[in-house]
Amino acid sequence: MTDWAAIRADFPILSREMNGYPLAYLDSAATSQKPQAVLDAITDFYSTTNANVHRGAYSLADEATRMYEDARSTVARFIGAQSDEIVFTRGATSAFNTVAYGWALRHLTEDDRILLTIMEHHANIVPWQLVADLTGCSIEFVSITDTGRLDLDDFHHLLDEDVKLVGASMASNVLGTINPIAEIADAAHQVGALVIADAAQAVPHMSVNVYDTGADWICFSGHKMLGPTGIGVLWGRPEILDEMEPAEGGGEMITDVRLDGSTWAAVPHKFEAGTPPFAQAVGLKAAIDYLEAVGMDEVERREQELTEYALKSMAGVEGLTVYGPATAQDRVGAISFSLNDIHPHDLATILDQRGVAIRAGHHCARPLARSLNVPATARASLYLYNQESDIDALIGALAEAKELFSVA
Amino acid sequence: MSLEEMYREVILDHYRNPRNRDPLDHVDATAEGNNPLCGDEVTIEVGLDGDTVQAISVRGQGCSISQASASMMSKAVLGKTEKEIAEITDTFKKMMGVIETDDVVVDEERPGATLGDLEALQGVRKFPVRIKCADLAWTTLEEALNP
Repeated sequence: MTDWAAIRADFPILSREMNGYPLAYLDSAATSQKPQAVLDAITDFYSTTNANVHRGAYSLADEATRMYEDARSTVARFIGAQSDEIVFTRGATSAFNTVAYGWALRHLTEDDRILLTIMEHHANIVPWQLVADLTGCSIEFVSITDTGRLDLDDFHHLLDEDVKLVGASMASNVLGTINPIAEIADAAHQVGALVIADAAQAVPHMSVNVYDTGADWICFSGHKMLGPTGIGVLWGRPEILDEMEPAEGGGEMITDVRLDGSTWAAVPHKFEAGTPPFAQAVGLKAAIDYLEAVGMDEVERREQELTEYALKSMAGVEGLTVYGPATAQDRVGAISFSLNDIHPHDLATILDQRGVAIRAGHHCARPLARSLNVPATARASLYLYNQESDIDALIGALAEAKELFSVA
Repeated sequence: MSLEEMYREVILDHYRNPRNRDPLDHVDATAEGNNPLCGDEVTIEVGLDGDTVQAISVRGQGCSISQASASMMSKAVLGKTEKEIAEITDTFKKMMGVIETDDVVVDEERPGATLGDLEALQGVRKFPVRIKCADLAWTTLEEALNP
């Protein structure tokens, strides 16, 4: 039985007050808070082991290199992969761009199509638009159902032999919807398309085995899973990573540089030009150690419990609309909503005055906002350190917002 | 400064019943403005008689502050010359702290004497992330009149 109060106490920022109220941090889909263990690991690294990796001949550099590569092994084990399939990037966005420039730009033509879902984050849309500009390929979007699920009929309808790449989020950062990625990947492979999965809202919240997803690439970021900013992960099938070209050139990614050309280092290093985020990698390893000590099944179970509590509490607020699945089944704890005619930015300001931190806006998913026919939504998102009292604070502040807006 | 002061009745009234929203038949100047970070949008159309704004249409979507500010602005500038509008805009931006000034902009003894209903937006100053919401329509109008 996990002591969730003790877990919460591991996150120093959560004992802060905000505008005179206890901080109720409900924006973990944007970035997660960090446990003391992660903060310590980063400080310890800089205090005792800092040296540039993969280049020094001295012992300190060797130690730093080992820690960096040890972080890679930890990430690999965490998602059921091999170490040399793990590319460290600057973030999930950079992981998508690595595939856009290293694969799509060199493989797609004007006869090809990319199939995305309407619920994708801009990070899984804009890189493909850049590819489309340069290659002439086209992009189509799979719509969603009234209940906020991916419209699989539409997906199968749009999928044909011209589709060379399918991009889908494993879990939506706006709707919370968990998509059936294995089914999507299976259908995509049948028409010869490759699949890139946005796992930024999945890997932090549930046990993920990359081979079970069926995807060919998976992208996620460190800072949404208790780790530091500035590091993300691209996983790819080894045979695909092998034939991909680097998206960035520079130091550290070469075997030889001559005046008439260069040769690349082996995967994954050929995708890691320049000094990699090694201190961040050490922090990410500490984050994964922390999550594994709790247990990802336990994290997922707790978040389901909190999501259910939040959805039930919100269903009791008159005038509140939830965008996305109304039950905790097959969804993560990112809950977008609106309240009467109160604009989400007004809501966020009012809630902030009660210490409740939520996100307001289009959540980097404007196509989805347009398809829902809302200019913006409010979003509360949960993680393992949240507790029922955070949700109660949200509900209380929502009542105050209604009161404030009832005067006119 | 409290939330109640920020969301004064006059602001909520302009939010729910925005003035001067009908599109103009004849448009002499127009501009669109948006805050890409939060998605507030404003479209302004102006009909001129010489250098006097004789008709204005302000449409958009966004938070109560951005839309109420746009609505109040449309009332405040209608019938004014471009020079008068530039002065009102300057005063408004100083009141909101968008333009720095040491002057006392609004006379607290005589509420409404300087900028009328627009003075209700002063409360927004205490919420720095929202000032750009209040400023959006004004910057857009400046762009329309000085293309």
